[in-house]
Amino acid sequence: MAVATLSLVLVWLLVLRMVFDAQQSIARFGPGFLTGGIWDTNRDVYGALPFIFGTLLTTGIAVLIGVPLSIGIATYLSELAPPWLRSPLSFVLELLAAVPSVIYGLWAMYALRPVMVKSVEPFLHSILGWTPFFEGDSVGLDKFVAGIILAIMIIPTITSVSKEAMKAVPDSQREAALSLGATRYETTSMAVLSYARSGIFGACILGLGRAVGETMAVTMTIGNSNRISWSLLDPGQTMASLIANNWGEAQGLQLSALIEMGLVLFVIALIVNAFARLMVGRFMKRIPSTGGGL
Amino acid sequence: MNRYQYRRTKNALASCLALACVILALIPLVYILAEVVMKGAPALSWQFLTNRTTGTGEPGEGIGNAIVGTLLLVFYAALIGLPIGILTGVYVSEYGNNKFGTTVRFFNDVLANFPSIVVGLLAYALVVSYLNVGFSLIAGSVALAIIMIPIVANTTEEALRMVPNSLREGALALGVPRWKTVLKVILVNGRAGVVTGALLGIARISGETAPLLLTAFYSNYWSLSPTEPVASLPLTIFRYYSSPSQVLLQQAWGAALVLILMVLALNISVRFLMWSRTGRSKAVRKTWIIRLSRKT
Repeated sequence: MAVATLSLVLVWLLVLRMVFDAQQSIARFGPGFLTGGIWDTNRDVYGALPFIFGTLLTTGIAVLIGVPLSIGIATYLSELAPPWLRSPLSFVLELLAAVPSVIYGLWAMYALRPVMVKSVEPFLHSILGWTPFFEGDSVGLDKFVAGIILAIMIIPTITSVSKEAMKAVPDSQREAALSLGATRYETTSMAVLSYARSGIFGACILGLGRAVGETMAVTMTIGNSNRISWSLLDPGQTMASLIANNWGEAQGLQLSALIEMGLVLFVIALIVNAFARLMVGRFMKRIPSTGGGL
Repeated sequence: MNRYQYRRTKNALASCLALACVILALIPLVYILAEVVMKGAPALSWQFLTNRTTGTGEPGEGIGNAIVGTLLLVFYAALIGLPIGILTGVYVSEYGNNKFGTTVRFFNDVLANFPSIVVGLLAYALVVSYLNVGFSLIAGSVALAIIMIPIVANTTEEALRMVPNSLREGALALGVPRWKTVLKVILVNGRAGVVTGALLGIARISGETAPLLLTAFYSNYWSLSPTEPVASLPLTIFRYYSSPSQVLLQQAWGAALVLILMVLALNISVRFLMWSRTGRSKAVRKTWIIRLSRKT
């Protein structure tokens, strides 16, 4: 009991301590910290907007690419794959989650980046260059590459949780659809996916949470620019990568501002994760067959 | 094309699409492993594994201090995190059928997915800023321990829930006190699950980079002192990855190979541990559904 309390209380005490450390910056910028568009160490002015913006953009790319892929994989693993293949295949996919993020970054830098610069990004520029998202030339250190890496990194999270959600769908649902003469595809989309949709939605939010806080791989690929730019082919910065990049030399007000940025990230992560947990939890609770335990 | 053929084609297309997703997701994994092995293997030598880093790119450098640093960080983190994690798991499983237990469980679930850089900031707030120790081995270990605790607690709880109630009732009926039941009956029966949880926690923290950047920092020297900055494998990679020197870059790949071998070995051994006790392991893997179905 004491230990359980300790770990719970300690986290909140540490958050208080972080607030204390960020005091200087909070007092100086107030709520304007969140909307300030300039981060300038020379003038000692710090605003979080470019980084919140960068985080939203990269997370958006990651979710757009990662979610459909993950749902496809989860569908294959829970509905289509032959039974002997399911367990080894899910294990291999779990290994994708085990690869340290710094190695993702290293790989992105030397394997993914050349491919992106040479073929993918010029291609996107040539067909979508008229939109604000694909303007300009790229050097391969940009939000798009960071988003792709994030997409790869959130796939295991979304896949495993939505797979469990699909597995939790009672067989009677599938049997009902099949007995009406539905094909596999129709069964899956009508009976399984729509039944498990709130669980799958929770899984996606969980993946989103992972993408928001991911640090090293993004830091290594995003190009580190403190400017707001809509183009995905321009370098940018996320909240997490800003902290990682500037931590070594930060002092005084800048350090305090970085800690405040960490607090913002903490609050976002708390909300996203708690929401996802509640979503998934509520879905699982609805299913009668899994209510085991004591 | 009649309606029937149309539906069959759509079905076949969708199946192929799902399979394509799987293959698409496997490409990065295979590619990363191949790339790390191909670029990292030439760097490996006895000298590379035992000499210390200097960061100059001269011959005779190694990553010995980073390997030792990572092992030390993980060791201290386990020393702090395992007892807290296991005790929390025991509490939640055996005494946690109340509001407080539910709260602890919920926060464990939330913290298990928390961004590691935020955890690094929490550890910074405690050790570097509040206790005034400075960037140090112990600060890094505290950060890793905070990441580890929810993982160990969750797995422990799941393992203990698998112990049949009849054992609890049997022991209590014989007049054994509650704490002794937990210690001698329940923990002993659930020990395989507890060990799995511990390994899982260690596997997860050994590749963490961001929290170490904020807490343990880096050192080019052999340092064993808990209050000094310390080198680690992930940070070695991070320091060298964009180096113009080919030698240092080569070392980054070498360090990546050593790190990935370590992490994969841990993960695969966890899996074998689970497979070797299939009946229970399946249950353990499924129980998080049950956990979530509980009031959270």
